[in-house]
Amino acid sequence: MAETPRTRRAILGISAFYHDSAAVLLVDGKIVAAAQEERFTRRKHDPDFPHFAARYCLAEAGLSPADLECVAFYDKPYLKFERLLETYHAFAPRGLVSFLTAMPVWIREKLFMRRMLKDELAKLGPGSPEIMFPEHHLSHASSAFFPSPFEEAAVLTIDGVGEWATTTIGHGKGGELSILRELHFPHSLGLLYSALTAWCGFKVNSGEYKLMGLAPYGIEGSERVERFRKIILDQMVDLRPDGSLLLNMDYFDYATGLTMCRADRFEAALGLPQRAGESDITQEYMDLALAIQQITEEAVFRMADTAHALTGSKNLVMAGGVALNCVANGKLLKRGPFENIWIQPAAGDAGGALGAALAAWHIGLSQPRTAHASEPGGDMMQGAYLGPVFSSGDIERTLRRFSAPAEKFADFDALCSRVSALLAGGAAVGWFQGRMEYGPRALGGRSILGDPRHGDMQKKLNLKIKYREGFRPFAPSVLEEHMAECFDLDATSPYMLLVAPVAESKRKPLPEGYWTRPMYERLYVERSELPAITHVDFSARIQSVSRATNPRYWQLIDTFRREQGCPVVVNTSFNVRGEPIVCTPADAYACFMRTEMDALVLGDWLLVKDNQPEWREEGDWRAKFELD
Amino acid sequence: MDFLRDLWDFLKVRKKFWLAPIILVLLLFGALIVLTSGSAIAPFIYTLF
Repeated sequence: MAETPRTRRAILGISAFYHDSAAVLLVDGKIVAAAQEERFTRRKHDPDFPHFAARYCLAEAGLSPADLECVAFYDKPYLKFERLLETYHAFAPRGLVSFLTAMPVWIREKLFMRRMLKDELAKLGPGSPEIMFPEHHLSHASSAFFPSPFEEAAVLTIDGVGEWATTTIGHGKGGELSILRELHFPHSLGLLYSALTAWCGFKVNSGEYKLMGLAPYGIEGSERVERFRKIILDQMVDLRPDGSLLLNMDYFDYATGLTMCRADRFEAALGLPQRAGESDITQEYMDLALAIQQITEEAVFRMADTAHALTGSKNLVMAGGVALNCVANGKLLKRGPFENIWIQPAAGDAGGALGAALAAWHIGLSQPRTAHASEPGGDMMQGAYLGPVFSSGDIERTLRRFSAPAEKFADFDALCSRVSALLAGGAAVGWFQGRMEYGPRALGGRSILGDPRHGDMQKKLNLKIKYREGFRPFAPSVLEEHMAECFDLDATSPYMLLVAPVAESKRKPLPEGYWTRPMYERLYVERSELPAITHVDFSARIQSVSRATNPRYWQLIDTFRREQGCPVVVNTSFNVRGEPIVCTPADAYACFMRTEMDALVLGDWLLVKDNQPEWREEGDWRAKFELD
Repeated sequence: MDFLRDLWDFLKVRKKFWLAPIILVLLLFGALIVLTSGSAIAPFIYTLF
C-alpha cells in the first residue's frame, strides 16, 4: 500500500543523556511545544531520555512517532567519543581511572545511540522516523539564530563542552548558518567558570548562577580581587586578544579526573582552600567570585569583538550555558559593538533540543526561514510559554482532590485587584497561569510573586519560601512600557537574561562604611525604593513583561501599578531549592502548602493559606529534593 | 548494522582510521563488561562523557 503523504511536516528535537533533557516539537517549522523532562519527573536536571516531555509534545499536536519526518538529537556521539579517546591518549597515563569509568557507559550505551534512540522512541508508539545528529554547538547556534528577530546576525555559543567545541562564532543569514571559528576542549570558558564554582563550594552545573549572584559582594578594585585576577590570568588562563583562551591543565582535573580542579595546585596558587558546601561564605570567596566574573566578562567581550570583526553584523545572538550569565550579557549590550543582542531563553542544554530540531528543518531539510521580528514578542519563542497548559476542569479536579477551599473569579480584573492588594500587604503569592515556560527561568507562568518595595521581602522569599541561601538576589518583572523609569536599560529583556542597574532616581544613598560591612549587613541595607530586587551593587536581573506574549501577567502588574503605584513585582520561580519548577496544579498546590507562601492563584481561582486544611504527607518532603 | 555503518562513516569523514583498533578492542572489553557486570552509570561531576 502506498504511504500516505504527510500533511504536516513534524520534527521532534531531543536533548538527553547528559543533563537537562528536553523535547521540542516543530510542525512546519513552527514551535508547537517544548518542555524539559525534569518538570514531569520532578528530578532536577533529569538526564534520562525525555519520555514524558516527548509524549507531551506529540500529544499537543495530536501526533505519534509515525507522523514524524525526523528526530533530531542534539549532538554527534562519535565525535564526542573521538574527543574522549584523543584526550585520554594525550594525557596518558593520567586519566586511567576516569577512562575506566567512562568507557563502560560508552561501550554499553552511548556508542549505540541510534539504536538507543530508536528503542526509546518505540516506547512512545509505532513509527521509525529518520534520526539526525546535528553537532552540539550547531544545535546551540541554531537555537540562537533561527528563532531570533534578525534576518542576519553574528552567532556566539559558549558552554562547557559539546563534542570538541567549547565556543563557536558563526554567522546566520536567512536560512543559512555557518560556523566560522571554534575553540576546542579542554580550553573552555564554561569549564573555567564551573571550576571556580566548585572551588567556591557550589555544585557544578547548577551553582554557576549562585557564583554570579555572589560576585557583587566582592569589593571591586580591592587588592584581593586584583590579586585573584592576576593569579588566574597569569597562571591558569591565557586569555588572548581575540577572546580565545588556553587553560593551563596543570591546574584543572576535568580532562582526566573526576573533579574540576587539581586541589593542591589551586590552593597553593590562590592561598585559599576549597570552600565546603553550605559553610559560611567569607569575603575571600566573594572576592574570588568577583574576579572570575570579571575575567568571564572580559573573555565574552573579546569573543563578541571577534564575532563582530568576522561578520560585520550589528546583531548578535547567543546560546550555550555561558549565555545565561546575564551580568555579562547586560554589560555587553551596554558596551557594544553590537546594537542588538538576542539570547535564546533556553540557552543551556535543554535548548539544544530546539536547536537540533531547527537545524534539521532549515539545514538538513533546506527549508527557508523568515525573520521573526513581526511575531508577538518579536521572535519565534512565543514568550517561551511552550509547555503544558491546564484547563479549568484540571484545576477544579486538583482542588477537589486536596479538598482545597478556593474562590473563583469570573472577572479577571477583580482577581488582579485582589492579588495586587495581597502583594501590597506583603504577601508572597504563587502565580500559576497558562503554558509552562521552556528554559530555566519562570516568566510569569509558574512564578512566586512579591512586592519589591518591602524591605524584608528578599529575606522572606529566600528563607521562608524558597529555603535557599540568604544572599541570593531576586529578579523584577516590570511592565515593558515602564522599564525606563525603573532601570537603566535601553532594550527589552523578556527572558530575564540581561542585568542592568536600577535607575538613579530610585536609588538611596549608601551608609558610610557600606563596603566594609559583613555580607548580610550590606544585603539588608535599603539601597533603593525597590529593595527586594536591588542587588548589593544596585543591579537587577530584569524581565520586561509584554502584553503580547503574556497578557494575564501583564494585566496583573498593570493593576498593581494603577492601584498600588508600582509597575514592578518580584518574580521568582515556583519551586523550593532543589525542586524543578512546578508543572501541574497539583505540584503548585503541594509547593504552596509546604512553604510559607500566603496565597496561590491557579488560573481563575484564588487560594488563601489560612483557609486551607492542614497539609499532611508521609516523610520529610525536603528529602525528595537534592539540594542544588 | 546501523552501528557499523555509522562507525565506518565517522572514521572515513574524520579520517581517524587510527581509532579503529582502539574502538574494536574497547568493544571486545565491552562485551566482557556486558556479560559480567550490572549497570554502567557515569559519575556525575561535569557531564563530560
